[in-house]
Amino acid sequence: MNLPLWAELLISALVLGGSLLALVGSFGLVTLRSFFQRIHAPTLVSTMGMWSITLATVLFFSLQGGQLYLHALLITFFIALTTPITTIFLMRAALFRERMSGRNTVPPSVSAPHGTQNSDKTKGKP
Amino acid sequence: MTLTSPILLWCLAAGQFMLVLAMGCALVRIVRGPAAQDRVMGMDCLYVNGMLLILLLGLQHASAFYFEAAMLIALFGFVGSTAMAKFLLRGEVIE
Repeated sequence: MNLPLWAELLISALVLGGSLLALVGSFGLVTLRSFFQRIHAPTLVSTMGMWSITLATVLFFSLQGGQLYLHALLITFFIALTTPITTIFLMRAALFRERMSGRNTVPPSVSAPHGTQNSDKTKGKP
Repeated sequence: MTLTSPILLWCLAAGQFMLVLAMGCALVRIVRGPAAQDRVMGMDCLYVNGMLLILLLGLQHASAFYFEAAMLIALFGFVGSTAMAKFLLRGEVIE
């Protein structure tokens, strides 16, 4: 069964927009200079790109099968749940390693006075 | 096999091309990243892009089986990235 024209145009726009946003986010991963600038870029992939493409999947299979197909929203659920965890871990690891390296490129920790052995003491504080 | 129209097939091909380029950008960051955390971030970006590429392949072949592969990549990619980030933070994964 063929899809109606408006559905094809909508799905095409979602697919093109989502993959363009994923490309922009990944390109920012290459061009931005420091790690703390670069960590912002892939969030574009895992929010807007992922949402657009999974919405296109939901629309396509729902209209083609004639019934509601919401399985792809599970992917958005898991990615939206897990990406902040990974990003926060990676951010803390990068801060810790920069402070341990002693290059003074990041400001010292607020709670620990010397800023290097902060990894246990800042747990649970904002 | 596929019943989709030429408009959608061309847009899917363009989207797959852009996602492959995005995976190439993430690969450049993995190869060239000055520190270990840059490489972990590149891996994180790479698996999300690969998952989106598999979703687009599922659209192209009009088959719902690709969804499970994308789901598995999303789950195991999260486990891998978190384990690597935890290793960078503490020097061991499970303490």
